[in-house]
Amino acid sequence: MNKRIAVFVILLIVSIAFGCIGNSQQETATPEKPKALTISTTTSLYDTGILEEVVAPAFKEKYNIELRFIPKGTGGAIMDAKNGASDAILVHALSKEQVFMEEGYGVNRKVFAYNFFVIVGPKDDPAGIRGLNVIDALKKIVEYGRAHPDQLIWISRDDGSGTNTKEIALWKAAGFEFENLKNEKWFGTTGSGMGNTLLYTSERKAYTLSDIGTYLKYQKEGKIDLDMLVDKGEQLINVYAIIIINPKKIEDKDFDGAMLLAKWLTSEEGQKAIAEYGKDEFGRPLFYPAIPVLEKEEGNVFEWILKYGFIKDGDIYTECPKKYRYNPGDMKFYEFKIDLS
Amino acid sequence: MAWDYIIQGFKEALGLITQDYVIEIALRSIKVSGLATLIAVAWSLPLSIFIGLTNFRGKWAVKGLINGLMGVPTVIWGLILYLFLVPKGPFGALGLLYTEMGISIGQALLITPIIISIVVNSLEAIEVEIRELALTLGADEIRASFQVVTESFGGIILAIIAGFNRAIAELGIALMIGGNIYVKGGYYNTRVLTTAIQMYTVRAEVSIAIALGIILMSIVLGINLLSNLIRKWLS
Repeated sequence: MNKRIAVFVILLIVSIAFGCIGNSQQETATPEKPKALTISTTTSLYDTGILEEVVAPAFKEKYNIELRFIPKGTGGAIMDAKNGASDAILVHALSKEQVFMEEGYGVNRKVFAYNFFVIVGPKDDPAGIRGLNVIDALKKIVEYGRAHPDQLIWISRDDGSGTNTKEIALWKAAGFEFENLKNEKWFGTTGSGMGNTLLYTSERKAYTLSDIGTYLKYQKEGKIDLDMLVDKGEQLINVYAIIIINPKKIEDKDFDGAMLLAKWLTSEEGQKAIAEYGKDEFGRPLFYPAIPVLEKEEGNVFEWILKYGFIKDGDIYTECPKKYRYNPGDMKFYEFKIDLS
Repeated sequence: MAWDYIIQGFKEALGLITQDYVIEIALRSIKVSGLATLIAVAWSLPLSIFIGLTNFRGKWAVKGLINGLMGVPTVIWGLILYLFLVPKGPFGALGLLYTEMGISIGQALLITPIIISIVVNSLEAIEVEIRELALTLGADEIRASFQVVTESFGGIILAIIAGFNRAIAELGIALMIGGNIYVKGGYYNTRVLTTAIQMYTVRAEVSIAIALGIILMSIVLGINLLSNLIRKWLS
């Protein structure tokens, strides 16, 4: 009698298994297998949803190429690419991008979007930083923190992410060493992602540096009660670029497909998609298209993009120095002979 | 109120469970982990029968090794598999990184020690009772062994269920080898329940994370229930 039950169970499992196999065949039978590009990307870009919800569908419709986005930190994205896993990378850390190209892995860098990091904090803003420039704001926070060592005033991610890298650079620009600040009593660290850090910051009524996308999402859903206190300024700019994998260094990568993506991101259509994303949901875009600014060739933002997102090659600022270009075809690179100092 | 947003999340989640997108991810989870279980069973059963029914030198060491492998964390499997499957790695040419098949093979490796361990224990427990009896009743060695294996069906089923449950509930391999890729109507999607739950929680979209969580819990609890029933029937 035990056997009968066992046989019944086996039949059940076999039928489930067959159901799965049948299901998978059905799935594979319907769509024609399209070409695919693997794109390693930073999490701050991915977590807003713009890549999956806007870029991938539009690109697929136009070229019938599927984009497979692998979200990693900037470091992880670069490691993936060096190991041959990706056709292009989307990143926002100029110093690391330069090393990546210098080593011969990346070519044809194109800047396609920018936005700003923001300093967020409690509504009543006890340190009084609202509307200040970022350097003065940070100095005030240190001053206030040292006067109130029994409270947590600043929360840092301290996780080696792009946002954390930016934070360290900002502290340095304000005249402080991150490693020393970390030991002060008013200075807290979470060692985890942006979302958790924002939740903790809100709970402790402290300040932190955030990317704008995560902040807006959490604020809109009422999970945090933090105001955007410092949101503009030269040092807070965040420039996103695409870099194509050098086909001479890593074989079997889809160079032409990746070039199509770079061109689409910087095309009128792609730039419009970037400008529109998030407007309905948050009342403001999460990213700004970079090409209109570069075409205009003037204004604060133009200078900031050049200063923080372009590479200095001799006496010109360029998004991709000539030695890092490979078969560009009709791809145009922005370069400006301008004195910014 | 602290409870409000959890209750609100649950309410919204119930509406989301029947969404095509949610069902698609749930089906992919079952498919990927089902295939992982089939692969694992295919190579585990012969091995288990060999280990369970034969005596060889160092058998205790092999069994110890298998028991030890059960404790390897999924992130370690994920890391090792990433290093092996990345295009520049030793098995990169197979093109398994960031594919459904990659996850299935990774999960199959993860659950192999579990399946072998359970099956071997059940074979050894039954062997003592059955083999002597079969032999005295005039069966030859091969027939006696065959009898042991058929009598162990219950244990084998339990092993399969335990394996599937472990596979569908793990996150490390699915995330590191699958990559959580999703494009609407896409051909190369690898998003499964665990990776989706992780992602939506990070993105603060809690309702959909709860919806996916309810489905995952239903699958795991349902299968556990089944496993308990079998245990009861067999005892």
